[in-house]
Amino acid sequence: MSAAAPRAPGALARWWDSDLAYSFRRSPVAVAAALMLLVILFGAALAPWVAPHNPLDLASLNLMDSRIPPVWDAEGQSSFPLGTDDQGRDILSGILYGVRISLVIGVGAVLFAVVVGIAAGLLAGYAGGAVDAVLMRIADIQLTFPAILIALLVDGVVTAALPQEMHERLKVQVLIFSIGISFWPQFARTVRGSTLVERGREYVMAARVIGLSSGRIMLTHILPNVLGPVFVIGTLTLGLAIVTEATLSFLGVGLPPSSPSVGTLIRIGNDFLFSGEWWMTIFPGLALVLLVLSINLLGDWLRDALNPKLR
Amino acid sequence: MPFASWLSKAATILICKSQDHPPARSNPLAPPPARSNPPPGPHPHAAWIEDQLLAFIVSRILQAIPVVLVVGLIAYAMFAFVGDPVTIMLGTDYTEAQRVALVKQLGLDQPFFVQYAKFMWAALHGEFGISYRLARPVTDLLAERMPATLELAATASVFALLVGVPMGVYTGIHRTAASRLFMVFSLVGVSLPTFLIGILLILVFSVWLQVLPSFGRGDVVRFSHWSTGFLTVGGLKALVLPAVTLGLFQMTLIMRLVRSEMLEALRSDYVKFARARGLGPRAINFGHALRNTLVPVVTIAGLQIGGIVAFSIVTETVFQWPGMGLLFVQSVQVADVPVMAAYLVMISVLFVGINLVVDLLYYAVDPRLRVAR
Repeated sequence: MSAAAPRAPGALARWWDSDLAYSFRRSPVAVAAALMLLVILFGAALAPWVAPHNPLDLASLNLMDSRIPPVWDAEGQSSFPLGTDDQGRDILSGILYGVRISLVIGVGAVLFAVVVGIAAGLLAGYAGGAVDAVLMRIADIQLTFPAILIALLVDGVVTAALPQEMHERLKVQVLIFSIGISFWPQFARTVRGSTLVERGREYVMAARVIGLSSGRIMLTHILPNVLGPVFVIGTLTLGLAIVTEATLSFLGVGLPPSSPSVGTLIRIGNDFLFSGEWWMTIFPGLALVLLVLSINLLGDWLRDALNPKLR
Repeated sequence: MPFASWLSKAATILICKSQDHPPARSNPLAPPPARSNPPPGPHPHAAWIEDQLLAFIVSRILQAIPVVLVVGLIAYAMFAFVGDPVTIMLGTDYTEAQRVALVKQLGLDQPFFVQYAKFMWAALHGEFGISYRLARPVTDLLAERMPATLELAATASVFALLVGVPMGVYTGIHRTAASRLFMVFSLVGVSLPTFLIGILLILVFSVWLQVLPSFGRGDVVRFSHWSTGFLTVGGLKALVLPAVTLGLFQMTLIMRLVRSEMLEALRSDYVKFARARGLGPRAINFGHALRNTLVPVVTIAGLQIGGIVAFSIVTETVFQWPGMGLLFVQSVQVADVPVMAAYLVMISVLFVGINLVVDLLYYAVDPRLRVAR
């Protein structure tokens, strides 16, 4: 402790002192999950610089390098730490690039679901009446079906409706749309519930009395107060969205082998399970599990940390 | 309405059964009396309950109809927006007159909603047209594959309940290393995608240990409309890995649910009171605590049957299980719209039916719901 006069703390220091940061420091699981996630995120974001090879560059592939086991195996090579697939692609590089695509689709789908869900939830909760009934009825119907089924169906329909030559080019967008659309009801229902509570508060009445428009009240007054649960559900949904994308790619309706996500890698490797080349499947699978597990652990921690009942 | 009266009678029996709680006593500190069976004969409020239940069932069915109609509309809209059946059926060599005749024959010149009504009417009679991919009636295709999916789903559900509930009770009551191990295990189970579990099981049990088959149903016994794998050793062996794969997620879900509900129940006043009365741990844990966890467990387990059917799509693909899910995935890959539409309508009817049954069970398990109505 210095004897100098106390200065106004910076943003970082204020964050360090907040309840959330305190509970984060106190939770070894959250810290470990965050570290793991950071490593994966850096690996994925810097894939072109970190990865030993470029799996998307077909010219650099050599069929002589195919089916090399991991480096600790007697036949392993140090230039391919986790082995290669049947085309001679480096598994580690494939994973780094694949996680990148999986993350883009997962985050994109969650953002899409959040935007649609918040809009629908705010509208339903604030307007009430017929708007509320129709929107929530749609959400209810959709919630009856598991997300994977909706995503599979929307993906199939949208892909079939697009002309053939656009399939590969728009696949990422199609996946973001179909996965996002299958997760919006959770957000809509949560936001609607909190909006119903906030609508009756004094500050909303005050805003109405001074003549603000409904849109402005919803966006600048109610929205900031209903965002808390959205963060928690968003984090947990991110894990689900990544798993959904991997599942779709595994089923063969997701990303094509020319731009493989982690799910596509697992699908490719699965064909070689019986010939003993287990590393083609297991390492991408492990990467997927670590990614989803770290996101889920962080989501669990966030839910508990933001829940005042558990303090 | 013989069916409705039978249903309500069955529910009344369920209700009366669930009401043989320990009777309330005037002096709570007195030792618990010997448990007496409820008096024979109809429940005093049986007629009233029956009316209530009938109204409840009718209102639920009325709520379910729009769901099926909307799903049917979506299914039909797929026909309108995806592919053109006329060009698919005519091939490349046709005259304009042939085209017009076929359009008229298929009824495609009629307004959209007339076509939709016709589609729903045909669907009601189990007719969904002919698969583009396999050139066979969709109804036959689904009927052939239904036994495989239903047997798989049923086995997976039984596995999930039989393993999940005891594990949940154990981890709820005991704070031991084993219980912590179960919790870590369940977290991994939730984070592992279904298809990855299947691949890992295949790798361990089929490739390395070579004790269980990794694809197909094994030997099946055929009856007229049903083929079962329950009756042969090969069929049962083939069922193990897919059923575990499919049931594992549900199992971890049920286990975590039972655990948290048990923890809550064990903290509640009536359990403290039961302890104060000197009841043994067995009566408290199972008679009081577990009993009150059953409402959410029944709901979730019931609703999860829908999830099991949906995830059987993934499991069937991993294990090449010849069920409806595999058929659906193959149809999505080539945009075989009749099969997709039929599967969608069928699944929606199934889900709505499950929700209805879950609501009824809810009603039977939780006495408060009956009073509130």
